[in-house]
Amino acid sequence: MSKDLITVAMPKGRIFEEAVELLKKADYPLPPEFEESRKLIIEVPEAGMRFILAKPMDVPTYVEHGVADVGVAGKDVMIEEKRDIYEVLDLKISACYMAVASLPSYNPKSEVAPKIASKYPNLTSEYFRQQGEQVEIIKLNGSIELAPIIGLADRIVDIVSTGQTLRENGLVELETMMPITSRFIVNPVSYRTKSAQIDDMVDRLAEVIAKGENNQ
Amino acid sequence: MTKLFMFEKPLGMRDTLPELYQLKRQVKQAISTEVSQWGYEPIETPTLEFYETVGTASAILDQQLFKLLDQQGNTLVLRPDMTAPIARIAASTLNKEDRPLRLTYDAPVFRAQQREGGRPAEFEQVGVELIGDQSNSADAEVISLMMASLERSGVQSYQIAIGHIGFVNALLKEVLGNDARTDHFRRYLYEKNYVGFRKEVEQLPLSSIDKRRLYDLLRLKGGPEVIEKARQLVESKEGQAALDQLEQLISVLDTYELADQMMIDLNLVMHMSYYTGTVFEAYSEGLGYPVGSGGRYDQLLDQFDHHEPATGFGLRLDRLTEAIGKEKDALLKDTCLIFSHDRRKEAMEKAKELRGTGQSVVMQELTGVQNVDAYSAQFQDVIYYVGTNGNGGASQ
Repeated sequence: MSKDLITVAMPKGRIFEEAVELLKKADYPLPPEFEESRKLIIEVPEAGMRFILAKPMDVPTYVEHGVADVGVAGKDVMIEEKRDIYEVLDLKISACYMAVASLPSYNPKSEVAPKIASKYPNLTSEYFRQQGEQVEIIKLNGSIELAPIIGLADRIVDIVSTGQTLRENGLVELETMMPITSRFIVNPVSYRTKSAQIDDMVDRLAEVIAKGENNQ
Repeated sequence: MTKLFMFEKPLGMRDTLPELYQLKRQVKQAISTEVSQWGYEPIETPTLEFYETVGTASAILDQQLFKLLDQQGNTLVLRPDMTAPIARIAASTLNKEDRPLRLTYDAPVFRAQQREGGRPAEFEQVGVELIGDQSNSADAEVISLMMASLERSGVQSYQIAIGHIGFVNALLKEVLGNDARTDHFRRYLYEKNYVGFRKEVEQLPLSSIDKRRLYDLLRLKGGPEVIEKARQLVESKEGQAALDQLEQLISVLDTYELADQMMIDLNLVMHMSYYTGTVFEAYSEGLGYPVGSGGRYDQLLDQFDHHEPATGFGLRLDRLTEAIGKEKDALLKDTCLIFSHDRRKEAMEKAKELRGTGQSVVMQELTGVQNVDAYSAQFQDVIYYVGTNGNGGASQ
C-alpha cells in the first residue's frame, strides 16, 4: 500500500469498464481508454489511484489483506467469500441475479440424490439450508450449464443476466435466489487511516449513482 | 490422510527465526516496560482451560477454538484470548483483593484457521486489564496506555478509532423500538455491511426523519465534531450519557496529548455482545489488519458469577512486529571475533570487555567456519585474532 495512491482492486473485463465509467462520471481524471495490455497494475497518479486487475473471485481477498485499499466486487463473490471488509456502496452496475436452473424434464422425485453443480459452493449450501433442503454440492469452475445436460447434477446454481445462456443450452430457471450488483468495498484499516480520500471517493460515487437512478 | 512430510506444520502455526525473534523481543520488552511503569502487574494463566468456562466466555467465535478432551471427558480449549482467563481469576482467586486490579499479560493465544494461510493460528498478545473501576478515567487510562505502548514499541505511524457500543444501542433502540430489531441492525454494523443496512432501513415503516437518523449513523466518523453530530441524532438518556462519556474521554486524552492519533468512529462494532461501553481499535499504516483492540466489558465477569466492571486492551505482537519490520532495515548483528586456537585467550578477553558494554559478541574459531567472508558479512564489526604475532598468544 502506498501512502499517496489509493490502491483499487478491480475485476478484469466488463465490470472494470463499467466501474471506470462511474469513476469518470465522478470527475476522476482517468484516461479515455485503458490500453488493452496485459498489465496487472495500472497507475493513474493524476487521479491518485493505482488499479490492480484481478480475477473477480479474488478482489475481496486483496482488499481483506489490505494490499488493496478499496475494490469493486460482485455481491455473489462477497456472499461466497465472506471476507472481513466494509461493504460501503451498491454501485448498481453489472446487475444480474443468482438462480437455480435445470432441464425442463427435472423431476425431484426421481433424483438419486439432490445434486447441485455450482461455482459458488458456500452460497449454494447456505441458500438451500435456509430453504430447509439438504443438498450435495459439486463444485465446478465454469460452463456450469454442462452439468445437467450430461448428467453430472440435476440442478445448477449460477449467475444469470439475460437468461440467454440458459436458453441456448435448453435449461429453465426453477427459482430466483437473489439479485446481484457490484459493490464498493473497503479494507477496515484503510477505511480509517485513509478516510479523507476514501470518504471523498464514496461521496462522489454515491452522487453519481443517485443521479443515475433519477434518470431512469 | 496423506502422509505428512517432515517439514510440515498444522495450518497457521509458524516458526519465528532469529532475525524476527529479536525484533519481536524488542517490541515485547518495550511494551512490557511501559505497562509495568504504569503500575500493571504481570500474571500468567494456563494454556488449557475448560471449554464450558473460559471457552464460552471468550469473545472468540466457537469455530475458532482448538478443542480437546481431558481424561475425564471434559472439553478443553487452548486459550483463545487472555481476557477471559483473567476474568476467571479476578472473579475467583483474586476476588478479595482490593480494587481496582491492574493486571498485565504477555502470552501466546490460539485461534484455529480453517480457510487458508495468511493468518497465524498462534500468536502472542501483550495487554492489560483494569478491573473494578467503572469510571471514565479507567477507559482513558487504558486507551492512553495502549497509545503509549505503541509509541514505545517503535511503530512509526499509528491511529486509534474509538467508538461506544452504548451509543449505537441507544440510537438503534430509540428508532427501532425493540431489542430484536436492534440486534438485527447491529449485526449489519458488525458485519460491516452498510449496503444491507441501508436497504433494510429503506423498507422499514419509519418516518423519513427516523430513516435519516439511521443513515446518518453510518457517517459518524471523524474528529471530535462527530460527537456534536451524534447528539442531534439521539434523545434518550442512555445515548446522551454515552456521548458525555466519550466527550470526557477525548478531553482526558487531550491532556495526555494524544488527540492527533485518534479518531471517533461510532460505527465500530467489534463483537455482537461482548463489549458494553467504549471500544477502540489500533491501526498501523501499511498493515491491513488492526494491531490491537480493546474496550469496556462490564458483563464478562458475570459469566464467572461475579459482577464487576472492567476494561482493557490487547496488542498483537505478530502484527506489530510485521508493521515495524516493514519500516526498519534488517538489523546487523553486533560483533564477531574470529580467532585461531593460539590466540583464544586474547579473543576471550576482548569478548568479555565488549559484552560488558552491552554488545553481543560471537566468538568463532577460524577452523570451524567454511566461508569466512560470507559468514562475517552478517556483522557490523569483525575483529580477527589469527596467526601468531607474539602478542600474548601463548600456546597450551
